[in-house]
Amino acid sequence: MYSDKYWQKEEVLPKKELEDLQLKRLKWVVRHAYDNVAFFRQRFKERGVHPDDIRKREDITKLPFTTKEDFKVNYPFGLFAVPKQKIIRIHTSSGTSGKPKVVGYTARDLENWINMVARCMYMVGVRSKDVFQNMVSYTFFTGGLGFHYAAERIGAMVVPAGTGNTERQIRYMIDFGTTVIHATPSYAMHIKEVAESLKIKPDETGLRIGCFGAEPWSNNTRKRLEDAFNIKAFDSYGLSEMNGPGVAFECEEQNGLHIWADHYFIEIVDKNGEAVSEGEKGELVLTPLTKEALPLIRYKTGDVTFVMDDECSCGRTHPKIHRILGRADDMIVVRGINVFPSQIEHVLMQIPEVGDHFQVLITRNGSLDEITVKVEMRDEAFTGELSDFKRIQSKVQRELYKELGLRTNVELVERGTIERFVLKAKRVVDLRDEI
Amino acid sequence: MKEEKIIKQVSVFVENKPGRLAAVTEKLYEKGINIRAFTIAEAGDFGIIRMVVDKTDEAYKVLKDAGFTVSLTNVLGVEVKDEPGGLYSIAKALGSANINIEYVYAFTFGKDKALIILRVDDIEKAIEILEKENVLFKGKVD
Repeated sequence: MYSDKYWQKEEVLPKKELEDLQLKRLKWVVRHAYDNVAFFRQRFKERGVHPDDIRKREDITKLPFTTKEDFKVNYPFGLFAVPKQKIIRIHTSSGTSGKPKVVGYTARDLENWINMVARCMYMVGVRSKDVFQNMVSYTFFTGGLGFHYAAERIGAMVVPAGTGNTERQIRYMIDFGTTVIHATPSYAMHIKEVAESLKIKPDETGLRIGCFGAEPWSNNTRKRLEDAFNIKAFDSYGLSEMNGPGVAFECEEQNGLHIWADHYFIEIVDKNGEAVSEGEKGELVLTPLTKEALPLIRYKTGDVTFVMDDECSCGRTHPKIHRILGRADDMIVVRGINVFPSQIEHVLMQIPEVGDHFQVLITRNGSLDEITVKVEMRDEAFTGELSDFKRIQSKVQRELYKELGLRTNVELVERGTIERFVLKAKRVVDLRDEI
Repeated sequence: MKEEKIIKQVSVFVENKPGRLAAVTEKLYEKGINIRAFTIAEAGDFGIIRMVVDKTDEAYKVLKDAGFTVSLTNVLGVEVKDEPGGLYSIAKALGSANINIEYVYAFTFGKDKALIILRVDDIEKAIEILEKENVLFKGKVD
């Protein structure tokens, strides 16, 4: 480790040096992709651009984008820039049209990745004295092994719990003295419910830090998680195409995620692929600057965010992005209005009468789109009167209208009937036929 | 003393779909809990099962543990003769005192008696009126 505060010295590299390093590495990765991946060479030629055209940082906009679709065409290994024998691990994640996206790592890629995740964990206070319970899938999903090796590198005691068997997870948490957890926010809320049904107080388990990611969540969910477990909860951002977790992470300020600019070149673009003005929101486009196996040039992540420009009190010089506002392709258009599921979550979490779980159904009635939001009523809100329902329904409707500008149907459902998701919550079900 | 005059009704939130009543009553049956009076209030996609049972606290706990949204509601019991005019005299007395009855349901027991369960907007005042009428049910429902 670099100091008692920073895992690596690159975290506090002066801004100018960081930008110089970015340019140097950008030149390298563009050349590497061009020389070693036929697909990129072809794309560059179509666009009339050559690696030699990259002379300054801004020149990146001359290059073509890479998209999720390109994984499909190149399944399984067509985008790899090194021979197969140099690849020492692969992960996959669900892709479009049933073909998974296959991502590969050389030994050096893994080393970089481990250190990036370690930076994140160290940043939020994980140290060698900690007991780290990793409650996400360990198989093809990058979240399991990604965090596992980083926590080991820091020297924490790792409990490779994986997902499921929630009662046993809770028992281990207590028996092993777990201090740090990593889970999806919806699974963490599920753990809280199960713990309470076992008459265990989640806030007395001795936890102090929670790392949460893999699905969008809001500040209100953070508050609920922090209160429920008596922890500090931090947002984790990553995607398999960019190694996995460890791309960006919140620091102790809990206000924006530092994105590791020595390893990723960051752009925010609008629908037409043009750079947005400073501080505007748009789709996050990343170019990995050190990746040997998979040098994706200008990869469109599909995640919507914006760059926060203020300096951070934690001292890190790497820019911060706002927590992900939604997915460009999760965005649903209802009656001509753009809606992100995260907006709906945000509204619901502020209403104390409804529970932590919800589902959104989109249907078409004739030519009119309808949104139905199913919510679970909290026990405390039920007094035994029919008027409870009316009151809660109207309140939820009113609050959603304020945020979305759309009328919604609100259905109250029995506790426990909305499916709990361990990996990624599928909260929006679009039942509309294609037009 | 007032507590004994009030009956605790068990109210359960259920979705209006097949099998939900069975799910609730199965839990009570397993614990040997007897339902003495019972009604369902429905509002479209969901409803409330309301009941007076012999072992109230146990019923509350078993339903809560089974994951149902349950609450206990204060209601009054009125014991009248099972004959014409039984409900009328009570409704009249409460109406005159400007007490609103929110809902009511009844069951008969013994040979010629009926127990009426009342939910009112002003429970203290209603107790006063019903005691004056000498119809307030006191004691245990079992």
